[in-house]
Amino acid sequence: MPQLTRAFIKISFIYLLAALLLGLLLALRQLVSLPAFLTAAGPVYFHLFLVGWLTQLIFGTIYWLFPAANPPRPRAEKWLGWTALILLNAGLLLRVVAEPLATLRPGTFWGWLLVVSAVCQWLGGFAYVAVVWPRSRERTRKRRRRSQEAV
Amino acid sequence: MPPLSIWFVRTALLYLALGFTFGALMLSNKGVPYAPELWRLRSLHIEILMIGWFIQFAMGVAFWIFPRWWQEPRRGDERGAYLAYGLLNIGIWLVALPPLLGWAEPIVTTGRMVEVAAAIAFATHIWPRSVGREG
Amino acid sequence: MPPLSRWFIKTALLYLVATFVTGVLAVLDPPLQAIPGSGRLAIIYYHLFMLGWVSQLIFGVANWMFPVRSREAPRGNEQVGWASYGLLNGGLALLLIGEMLRAASSGPAALWLIVLAYLALLLAGLAFVLNTWGRIKGH
Repeated sequence: MPQLTRAFIKISFIYLLAALLLGLLLALRQLVSLPAFLTAAGPVYFHLFLVGWLTQLIFGTIYWLFPAANPPRPRAEKWLGWTALILLNAGLLLRVVAEPLATLRPGTFWGWLLVVSAVCQWLGGFAYVAVVWPRSRERTRKRRRRSQEAV
Repeated sequence: MPPLSIWFVRTALLYLALGFTFGALMLSNKGVPYAPELWRLRSLHIEILMIGWFIQFAMGVAFWIFPRWWQEPRRGDERGAYLAYGLLNIGIWLVALPPLLGWAEPIVTTGRMVEVAAAIAFATHIWPRSVGREG
Repeated sequence: MPPLSRWFIKTALLYLVATFVTGVLAVLDPPLQAIPGSGRLAIIYYHLFMLGWVSQLIFGVANWMFPVRSREAPRGNEQVGWASYGLLNGGLALLLIGEMLRAASSGPAALWLIVLAYLALLLAGLAFVLNTWGRIKGH
């Protein structure tokens, strides 16, 4: 497994546990008194699960399993891949903190942090699509064999 | 990667880019409100990412990597998987667009039914391929 | 494909179909009011999708395809793997029952059931992560 894959997958595992723990706290909130911060954390639960766990695990696995781009561009891929990892996680962590606080205190600095979070996650997503798009292809050997058969 | 998987994966990547764009617009608008009507993208954002990205991507990769038979056709009867691709992508838009454009609710129901048909078509193809080495 | 992965993947496929069927019911039922507890169908749809289908599929495929841990225990501790399967599906079943009860009555029993469900799901996640962490490695 490449280093980038290992980083994506290990981080995704942490998000899985964080999401389930938050799910537990959100369920407990109905029964016992918990900080107000948690009352506005519903969307955070879904995004920890869907972006932090599922999307990042998929990103890591794609980078490992998909055939290399043709022509190969390992340096550009590595750079874009790490950029995607950093931006996605920076954006998601900012969201975890800023979204409940911006909901509780609208019109404050926390709202602007949400904008930064949105931009980071958007750029991270696009950086990853740029890595994967050329790698979703047939293996060259197979394609060559098929074109020879056609001749 | 077989051609159908390339179609599944690339379509899923397009949905990922689109879904992230809508998500970023809504999230920034939640932080600093500038266009309240952006909230109407919510159904599109959810449908595009949940069905268009996650499910479509999983189907594409499963079609590619699941165990193959020893004899041709190595992936068995592929028609279920092709049908799933078509149905899934029709269903997504039938579900996602009506709330945005104010279309009638029965269109959403039809879209969901088309998605059920896609899931059944794909399950029929992949179920026999979920096997161990002993077959 | 090892038996545990086959169980994970085939169960995930059943949940995929269940997800879409619930999606249909969530749209159809509000005007009809035919299903008791249908007020929570939308949230049930998300649980089925996120836990029943995608997470379960990932658990199964990771158990099958990730690099082996060692010659003696290629897929980690098999019993822990089966525990994660049992806890995930047990937790999900409790969660679904809890959500339906919650829509039907306002008592705390349903809420406690949901708490119990999340505890089981958290343990399932822990079992999976602990059993798989050592398999995330280079050559």
